[in-house]
Amino acid sequence: MIFPLDAFTTVSAANPWTYVVFGCIGFAFGYTLEMAGFGDSRKLAAQFYFKELTVIKVMFTAIAVALTLLFGAVGLGLLDFSHVWVNPTYLGSGVVGGLIMGVGFIVGGFCPTTSLASASTGRIDGMLFMLGGFVGAFLFGETERYFDNWYNNSGYYGRLTLDQVFGVSAPVVVLVIVLVALFMFWGSEQLERLVGRKDLSLEPRLRKLGAAALVFAALAVLAVGSPSLEDRYQQLSFKRTEVIKQAEGKPLTVTHVYSADEMLGRRLVFTSPAETFKARYLQAIKPVYLDVRSESDYNLYHLADSKNVPMERLEKIVPDLLSEPPANTVFIAISNDEAAAIKAWKLLVASGVQNVYILEGGVNRWIATFGAQDAALKPLATAGADQLRYAFPAALGDRYKSCSPDPIEYEHLDFQSRIVLQLKRDKSGGGCG
Amino acid sequence: MTTREKEMAMRWLRSFFNRPEKAYVHPYLAGAVLGVVLFLAFLLTGNGLGSSGATSRIDAALVDIVAPAHVDNTPYLLKMAGGDKNPLDDWIVPVFFGALLGGFASGARNGRLRLTTTKGPNISNRTRWLMSFIGGVVFLYGARMARGCTSGQALSGGATLAAGSWVIMLAIFASAYLLAYFVRRLWL
Repeated sequence: MIFPLDAFTTVSAANPWTYVVFGCIGFAFGYTLEMAGFGDSRKLAAQFYFKELTVIKVMFTAIAVALTLLFGAVGLGLLDFSHVWVNPTYLGSGVVGGLIMGVGFIVGGFCPTTSLASASTGRIDGMLFMLGGFVGAFLFGETERYFDNWYNNSGYYGRLTLDQVFGVSAPVVVLVIVLVALFMFWGSEQLERLVGRKDLSLEPRLRKLGAAALVFAALAVLAVGSPSLEDRYQQLSFKRTEVIKQAEGKPLTVTHVYSADEMLGRRLVFTSPAETFKARYLQAIKPVYLDVRSESDYNLYHLADSKNVPMERLEKIVPDLLSEPPANTVFIAISNDEAAAIKAWKLLVASGVQNVYILEGGVNRWIATFGAQDAALKPLATAGADQLRYAFPAALGDRYKSCSPDPIEYEHLDFQSRIVLQLKRDKSGGGCG
Repeated sequence: MTTREKEMAMRWLRSFFNRPEKAYVHPYLAGAVLGVVLFLAFLLTGNGLGSSGATSRIDAALVDIVAPAHVDNTPYLLKMAGGDKNPLDDWIVPVFFGALLGGFASGARNGRLRLTTTKGPNISNRTRWLMSFIGGVVFLYGARMARGCTSGQALSGGATLAAGSWVIMLAIFASAYLLAYFVRRLWL
């Protein structure tokens, strides 16, 4: 998958072209709004008196077209949807904020970007709306602390998309939205004819062709479907740099690109018990230990701070893993040996989760490394593959000493570091700010 | 500059403002173009469009200049401008300024650059100015509460099927339609 381009996911002074790209996107945005007439507040307000429904037509055509193109690109494997910013769902603050915005819309006659288009073309009301906007945003910043618990938690569902809500595939939702939008356009035209006394025969006939083309495109998106997890797994690529010391001269830095299977084969995503243990004390990363074993195994013995997410439940929590964790989160999958953890790793990376690793040798090797002196942990010779190789007198969970090894006792450990932090785009506070 | 050159420069400048006004682009066409722009934004950068976030960030930058201690005391500002952080260093800020330029360019090209006030026929300019300002205050307050406005939530969130965004879009339209009757003097 080629898009989105890593270089353009965030602005950075190191890559000044990012400012140009975003500036051009903004330019096209403002230009389009002005040329549609949204610099004029009367055109915007007319929407709410059914006289002229330009707002609905522009908005929903834009959404329908963008939707179809976007999910078409995802279906064709061109665009990696897990790298696309999806606004997290906060129902509480979202609904109240939306209701408030509606008031501002009908009283002020603009929304933020249309006020920009209006102000920049000389309209005083647009300029005043824009100015008021700075005041309003400032007031929000000042008052947010009084309700910040509600603001951050009420109705929070994280990264949730309509296809997940309705349990259908995204292309199906695309088609439904396209059809609903076309119905709304038809309805709008009737309202404009009845209330706004518009002569519909003056409307370009091309619009019917456009509507047909849009439906056809949505059907094509449905036919292409979404890439399967297997497809996405095969398309993954990982970069690793190697510094080779030369006999003479400077060391050579070589960048390798590996597929997911190669990463597994070369053991580049397996972290030794030592590294897994040390990860907790590194400032730069925030480890999340995902124990993908059964609940009974987990209850017998598990690493301190590890979360039990049995394989069956893992797929369900992927949206949570994709949305909220800070950019330096590193997930380490843990099973008794490695088999279940490898399956978990494959699922997570194919779903777009970044910085996923596997505990090398699993819990068995962890115990061998840190719990060799513990008399309560009796080695079990009869254990099969990916089963606990120890017998436990009771289900003590993480209350064995080796579950959280003493950092002072194990201060000096030899290991080969495998964790390479892939920095996700940090949406500092959310997409629109 | 000679008088002649000055004259020519003035004429060139004025030509921006005296172009014959062209018609607006048809809504479906404008919508389609906007849809393509939105798609390209996602394709190239993974981000959609947005606006209200830039307003907060510009506010934070201004507060940081005038009263940096206040930034440290206000959690919302601290997130954007605390310590060494530059609140203007975010994708949405160039989009904001680009949109201003783009609006101007379209206005210039289409003969719509004019110092004027757009308003309903039954109110005075003054009333309209006051209402625009109040509308701006209210709208952006709500936009920051919802973490996005019609471009950030409705358009961009809508196009990515974000559940919350669709709910926000419905809320915006519902409340505007409900209130419309009561403020009809402003527009009708």
